[in-house]
Amino acid sequence: MTTAGAEATGAIGATRLGELRESATRIREHVADMCAGPEGGHLGGAYSAADIMTALYFDVMNVDPARPDAPERDRFVLSKGHAAVGLYATLAERGFLPLDELATYGRPGSRLMGHPVRAVPGVEAATGSLGHGLALGCGFALGARLDGVDSRTFVLMGDGELQEGSVWEAATGAASLGLDRLVAVVDRNSLQLTGDTDSIAAMEPLADRWRGFGWAVQEADGHDLGALVRALGTAPWEPGRPSVLIARTVKGRGLPFLEGRTACHYVTFSERNHAKARAVLGRSRKEDTR
Amino acid sequence: MTTTAAPTAATTAAAPAVTREAYRDRLIPLLGTDPRLMCLDTDTGLFGPGHIEAAGDQYVNLGIAEHNLMGIAAGLAFGGRMPFVNTMAGFASSRALEAVKVDIAYPALPVRIMATHGGLAAGHLGPTHHALEDLAVMRTLPAMTVVVPADAAATAAVVEQSLDLPGPLYVRLGRKATPAVPSDEPMVIGRAQRLREGTDVVLVGCGPYPVAACTEAADLLGESGISAAVLNMHTLSPLDTESLCTAASGASLVVTVEEHWRSGGLGGAVCEALAERQPVRVLRIGMPDQFSDTVGGQEYLLDHYGITAARTAAAVTAALETK
Repeated sequence: MTTAGAEATGAIGATRLGELRESATRIREHVADMCAGPEGGHLGGAYSAADIMTALYFDVMNVDPARPDAPERDRFVLSKGHAAVGLYATLAERGFLPLDELATYGRPGSRLMGHPVRAVPGVEAATGSLGHGLALGCGFALGARLDGVDSRTFVLMGDGELQEGSVWEAATGAASLGLDRLVAVVDRNSLQLTGDTDSIAAMEPLADRWRGFGWAVQEADGHDLGALVRALGTAPWEPGRPSVLIARTVKGRGLPFLEGRTACHYVTFSERNHAKARAVLGRSRKEDTR
Repeated sequence: MTTTAAPTAATTAAAPAVTREAYRDRLIPLLGTDPRLMCLDTDTGLFGPGHIEAAGDQYVNLGIAEHNLMGIAAGLAFGGRMPFVNTMAGFASSRALEAVKVDIAYPALPVRIMATHGGLAAGHLGPTHHALEDLAVMRTLPAMTVVVPADAAATAAVVEQSLDLPGPLYVRLGRKATPAVPSDEPMVIGRAQRLREGTDVVLVGCGPYPVAACTEAADLLGESGISAAVLNMHTLSPLDTESLCTAASGASLVVTVEEHWRSGGLGGAVCEALAERQPVRVLRIGMPDQFSDTVGGQEYLLDHYGITAARTAAAVTAALETK
């Protein structure tokens, strides 16, 4: 999807930025609707990652909903699989599945489970148990390199997920193998289920940690779509090294009454709060298109 | 093993051999002929410079990182490759189990988990390196084919047959040379080999030493006038229930012999099958419900814990007497 001119710099114009913002808001609206269903959903982590997934699916990645298995496609692995509602909304907005199917999320007989499954078009691997996605991404990237296919593999991880030791096995492996078509994104919202990530398990200096493992590191505001497109669009940043973008985000971003609160981790909206969320998002959408 | 046969080509070929080396020596040439194949290693030392050079970029040493091994194998398999992954049985079936379950078994990917040091093969290295739970664990995973080749020739056959197997495969291999198990019937994944005909009892073995124990026990029992059939049940999943029930038909006793805890492995699988299809008394010989608490090599430990021909024959005799 990246236009030839923009590819070199990753820069996008104001109109395009507005379109991306609108897509991100629509994704948040779908997630709010899903979280108003009987099962609720992981809203907080879906909202913190909504702009990242928008940047990837609507600008950076080479994917085609009509050919979800195209060999030359870029791969996306949602390692933080609990943000499934965000991925389903993104895939639906991007045309991988019917928009009205989102209403089946969490309901008996639906293929939209609480964590992504491969039955859903566009989902590359079932995820949800944390600490699996980066190794899977290494396998995708190594396979593409052996095939001589110039595709990239993007792995979105939560920051709490980095507490899993298997992440660092994969980080070591990716750097040792020189997988520079592998791009990890850390959704650095600094919150996990029960509280602040760093007070639960020390994580900083996070960028230095990744550098120490041999990765090229950049940091960005994870809600600045221009910055995300610029950073992710220009990866790999250093030949022979995998890239990781530490995206500083806010859990629940988009709904001020939930932003930055542990309560937003898993949300089952009442009718009243669903309406409140919809109203807030509706106002955002007007600003997007202004 | 007792045999009165004169030396022949067959007995010459039946010299003890190392199953993990047989696997390696069969895989390396196959890599060159099948671009799907990959050999992912975790610094096991099984592959030396000669093998690695021959394998080119189809061999990758990922270091000591078993969870990563399984995840990378899954990622490669999603892309159409068939990775052979290498680690010890204990690490494949416990340390890396979640990656095996979620990343490989769930999407039913054609990853070949080549697990060395199966059972008590690690000998004096102790319980951290023994794998006495792996067969129970692996055979519970849907779609996972679980095979324990009884000797080097069978191992090579499994490697070849695996190329046509669509789903995941767990192969338990050894560490040091183990006896060959000659058979008139070919090694075919999923089909038990009938090594001895018999009518009174059925001895079912799994793995090099247990199968050898069964044939030797059958010979011992024959001297006492007890007719014992012997099955090499090398494939635990899918279990060859048909051959088992046919062999057990008319027999008053089935004895399983395995290098595994008595729970969940061969004995468990045989009990499940017979209880559903053809109830008959079953005795299970295997590792007692404990971790090894003594030092010794594989053969010493098998003897110490009673996974032997003598114990098998004695169990049959005692059971028939108390019937």
